[in-house]
Amino acid sequence: MKPIRTASAVLALLLALTACGAGAKGGTDAKTGGKTVTVFAAASLTGVFTRLGQDFEAAHPGTRVVFNFGSSATLAQQIVQGAPADVFAAASPATMKTVTDASLAGTPVTFARNRLQIAFPKDNPAHVDALKDLADPKVKVALCAAQVPCGAAAAKALGAAGLKVTPVTYEQDVKATLTKVELGEVDAALVYRTDVLAAAGKVGGLDFPEAATAINDYPIAALSAAPSGAQAGRFVELVLSPRGRDVLAGAGFDVP
Amino acid sequence: MPWVLTVPAALALVFLLLPLAGLLVRAPWSTMGERLAEPRVLEALRLSLVTATLATAFCLLLGVPLAWVLARGDVPGRRLVRALVTVPLVLPPVVGGVALLLVLGRNGPVGRLLYEVSGFSLPFTTAAVVVAEAFVALPFLVISVEGALKTVDPRFEEAAATLGASRLRVFTRVTLPMVAPGVVAGAVLCWARALGEFGATITFAGNFPGRTQTMPLAVYLALETDPEAAIVLSLVLLAVSVGVLAGLRGRWAGAS
Repeated sequence: MKPIRTASAVLALLLALTACGAGAKGGTDAKTGGKTVTVFAAASLTGVFTRLGQDFEAAHPGTRVVFNFGSSATLAQQIVQGAPADVFAAASPATMKTVTDASLAGTPVTFARNRLQIAFPKDNPAHVDALKDLADPKVKVALCAAQVPCGAAAAKALGAAGLKVTPVTYEQDVKATLTKVELGEVDAALVYRTDVLAAAGKVGGLDFPEAATAINDYPIAALSAAPSGAQAGRFVELVLSPRGRDVLAGAGFDVP
Repeated sequence: MPWVLTVPAALALVFLLLPLAGLLVRAPWSTMGERLAEPRVLEALRLSLVTATLATAFCLLLGVPLAWVLARGDVPGRRLVRALVTVPLVLPPVVGGVALLLVLGRNGPVGRLLYEVSGFSLPFTTAAVVVAEAFVALPFLVISVEGALKTVDPRFEEAAATLGASRLRVFTRVTLPMVAPGVVAGAVLCWARALGEFGATITFAGNFPGRTQTMPLAVYLALETDPEAAIVLSLVLLAVSVGVLAGLRGRWAGAS
């Protein structure tokens, strides 16, 4: 009797696990009977998209907007591997291309642009007041790694300025870079203007002319296999609408 | 053998080995040679091996005495201390990294003192990698050595003491030789954990090639742009660690 009981327990567990797997994601939400729109968006869009998601839910009662914020490259990989997303908003055309090349999305539209700023701890211990100060070996600098969009932009801007900067660290994303500034462990970093604005009060920001050579385009697209169908397109429309542009501009993005 | 045990055992083995097989299947074997010859791969591998070994030495130096205190010492609140020792096990490593930064960073209470006295700041140095790895790996060593100490019959130590040996002499000549297999097993676990350390390292030590970029960090960043490179790096790390662990097993941990 005993082995049979154990075996049935194991079986019940396996069934429970498979049930979890099957019910996890889908176009309709069984609990509310409404639709779920799943948006994969670059981490730098967290604040803006969370607000627009609330707007969308208010305008479409019964619809839930679920976000997956992260590194654009990681999100693109997840979509190519079959993650059930409705909308993809990337921080660079290159990461969007990964998805369009796999014929998983329609033509993307550029909805925002972001430019770099010099960020420094609010007491500015190294007295950074120009881009060239970052090349001073006494100034500890954090940059994003070249593999992520903010790192590519930083390399471009520094190249345009003809500066050779040796940072103490190449961080894995823009938020990690900013954290090092907030904690005062580095004297300066190159991050997006929107990130400086979001951390206002904790870090200071400084525009510099060479940032214009490394503007980051943010493309958005509804995915062809969107489980929520037409709702995916409506979310994209909201982002491109005057309301969407207002929220984006308020967070420090340039709106085309 | 009862199938109630063998079937789950086989499933466990498949569960552990399938992802590794996935790495092998997707590896770009045709370009493997040239990818391995890149100096950055060797640089990261060397750094990983050196820091993991130093971290293990550091853990042995401090962890064995701590295990002895927990198993034998007559300290108040021993249970609480034991629970605290295991905290880094459940703490997400990134949180551990932030905690290290808050204490040992140049604005932390300990780090500031160090910075003001010597002008040395720990974050973003190779030493910081060793500290981060040791912080995460130390509990593994302490727990396994403590477990080994508890199985030693205290009468051997008592006999040595009645024959006139001091407590330190008893520890080095009687206790330590008896728990040697436990110490080796703990050190191996500790080393393996240190070698794979990612979160605390990238947060506390940053990421700079040749100085703080260990293999797991290189894998993570490669994944952003070049998944094939990430697979190659993962396989190298895997091969080296399996090789070292298998070698150790044969030599010290006894055939089993």
